[in-house]
Amino acid sequence: MSTSDTRSDSGAASRARRNWGPLALALPALLLLVGVIGYPLFTVVLRSLSQPEWGLQNYIWFFGTPVNLVVLQRTFTISAWVTLVCVVAAYPYAYAMTAVGPKARLLLTLCVLIPFWVSGVVRTLAWVILLQDSGVINSTLRALDLGRLRLIRTQTGVVIGMAQVLLPFMILPLYSVMKGIDLRLVQASRSLGASPLRAFFTVYLPLSLPGVYAGAIIVFILALGFYITPALLGGPRSTMLSTLVQNQVLSLLQWGRGGAMGVVLLLATFILLALAGPLMRQKHKQGARS
Amino acid sequence: MNPNSPTRGAAIDLQNVSKAYGSFRALDGVSLHVEPGEFMTLLGPSGSGKTTTLNVVAGFTEVSSGALQVGGRSVVGVPAHKRNIGVVFQHYALFPHMTVGKNVAYPLSLRGVSKAERERRVAQALDMVKMRDFAHRYPSELSGGQQQRVAFARAIVFDPPLLLMDEPLGALDKKLREWLQLEIKRIHRELGTTFVYVTHDQEEALVLSDRIAVFNKGRIEQVGTGRELYDEPKTLFVGRFIGDSTVLRGQARSDGTSTALDVAGQTVTVPRRLDGSDTPVVLLRPEKLAIRRPGQMADTHNRLSGTIAEAIYLGSGSKYEVRLRDGSSAIVRSGLSEEGFRIDDPVELCFAGQDAKLLADDKSADATLT
Repeated sequence: MSTSDTRSDSGAASRARRNWGPLALALPALLLLVGVIGYPLFTVVLRSLSQPEWGLQNYIWFFGTPVNLVVLQRTFTISAWVTLVCVVAAYPYAYAMTAVGPKARLLLTLCVLIPFWVSGVVRTLAWVILLQDSGVINSTLRALDLGRLRLIRTQTGVVIGMAQVLLPFMILPLYSVMKGIDLRLVQASRSLGASPLRAFFTVYLPLSLPGVYAGAIIVFILALGFYITPALLGGPRSTMLSTLVQNQVLSLLQWGRGGAMGVVLLLATFILLALAGPLMRQKHKQGARS
Repeated sequence: MNPNSPTRGAAIDLQNVSKAYGSFRALDGVSLHVEPGEFMTLLGPSGSGKTTTLNVVAGFTEVSSGALQVGGRSVVGVPAHKRNIGVVFQHYALFPHMTVGKNVAYPLSLRGVSKAERERRVAQALDMVKMRDFAHRYPSELSGGQQQRVAFARAIVFDPPLLLMDEPLGALDKKLREWLQLEIKRIHRELGTTFVYVTHDQEEALVLSDRIAVFNKGRIEQVGTGRELYDEPKTLFVGRFIGDSTVLRGQARSDGTSTALDVAGQTVTVPRRLDGSDTPVVLLRPEKLAIRRPGQMADTHNRLSGTIAEAIYLGSGSKYEVRLRDGSSAIVRSGLSEEGFRIDDPVELCFAGQDAKLLADDKSADATLT
């Protein structure tokens, strides 16, 4: 073996060491993920196929029971509405965060983050107080002689409550994309003849879409698995899948059926991600550099 | 785009335009007339008001006071998108989510140009900047020079009667810059559009422009051709900003027609005098100064002693920085055939009085340049 070979070998070895170093840093988190997500997930899948006996009976039951399908569809519908409400509310908010001075930006950021520090149960109970028939909203309406709105135990109430809880997950990715948009591009489009509105729709909006996609996917997926908020704010006509799972597992001790429901929700989410993936990748490539 | 009509540019007229940001006057009474089809360069150091002037004309900045006409019509209060002015930015400002072709077609789409016509004009504009083969690429796949050429095509594709350029070559390396300067000159000749070009690079201004407006501290110091600014600077700032120069300061005595200046014990005489009470200084261009060894001067009155502080071989000749007795430095250029000097050689400089410019002193001219 010549000297140059030796040198290149040791070079390759040091490269290999460099590659393994970062992975070792990720190891604790990786072990945690495998332990607390991977293993339970595996048992869920296993139980859906094995309890009370081996076979597909739990899946046959799931797709053979009309109420399950209604709830599955409703879960997706409510999640879609929550996502839509979040996009509409977060977009101008995130833009405002990029446009104001540092002090106002800090204030706006705090407004997004403070709800994170309050327990979801507490926030949902706050919504109960606001939304119930004798709650703040309805007593105000009554005082103004404007009639009353049915909010608690309706789908609308569930969407409002969930959107509020999930709003930060839409605002933060949107803000991080928006603050990277070069506003001089908007100025350029104005010089080329675009009115402010045209400049927004042809330049700013397309450049902000990666943030919209990222936020929408996070919010939608989190919404699919929501449990506390729909359970407390919703009624029987706004039950979501997680409530049914809880029912099967904790009330009926049907671990197999509950597992099957979880697996169906997981697969539906994977399919959705696979559909959204190409869209996001394409935008990413185009927006790679300004 | 119709390259066959030579006089299709718009005139620009700024009258006493001011722009204040709080107490800071970015523009302080700027008046400037640009002829249709002219190549006008706004030259000055950063913060001198040249870019503000461009932004005012483009409609990105509203004037605080004054009148502004483009093509004979007042555009004060007209939003940028209704001014029909092409703008090329230093940072290219290509839309990253559109291909080169879509970028160039953008102003045409906004104007409702039909698809066939759009394609024809995009191809023509890309041909003009030699970028036609890149129509399907994204801006991120192009080099800086290529991006700027696309930005150029996008700014001229809708036939604006006026094109504004804000240091468009500022981010590019020297060789590319020099080549693109010639391209810009060619396109200006072919289009006949009025060009207004902002730069802080005086060589670039001299290469490109029909006329140059020299900005300093929110005002225009002088407007003229490159030759006028070089040969007849009206202020010390202009004389120092354009080309190399030597400034002589000293105790001045003026009689009826001439001024004598005492520069560290040596007297130079210039056959002119300043009106008013300004302190006179003498400005000399390098080629007006002759450099000799001491004692070789025959019969000139204006001679200054010094030593060589820096010798630069330029190929076509040499450039010397000479430290004079009072510590100031002089810039001299000598031809190939003349003898060479080395650092620390004692030399004498001489010049004819009528070749020297007598200007009012302006200490801030030194500060701005360093």
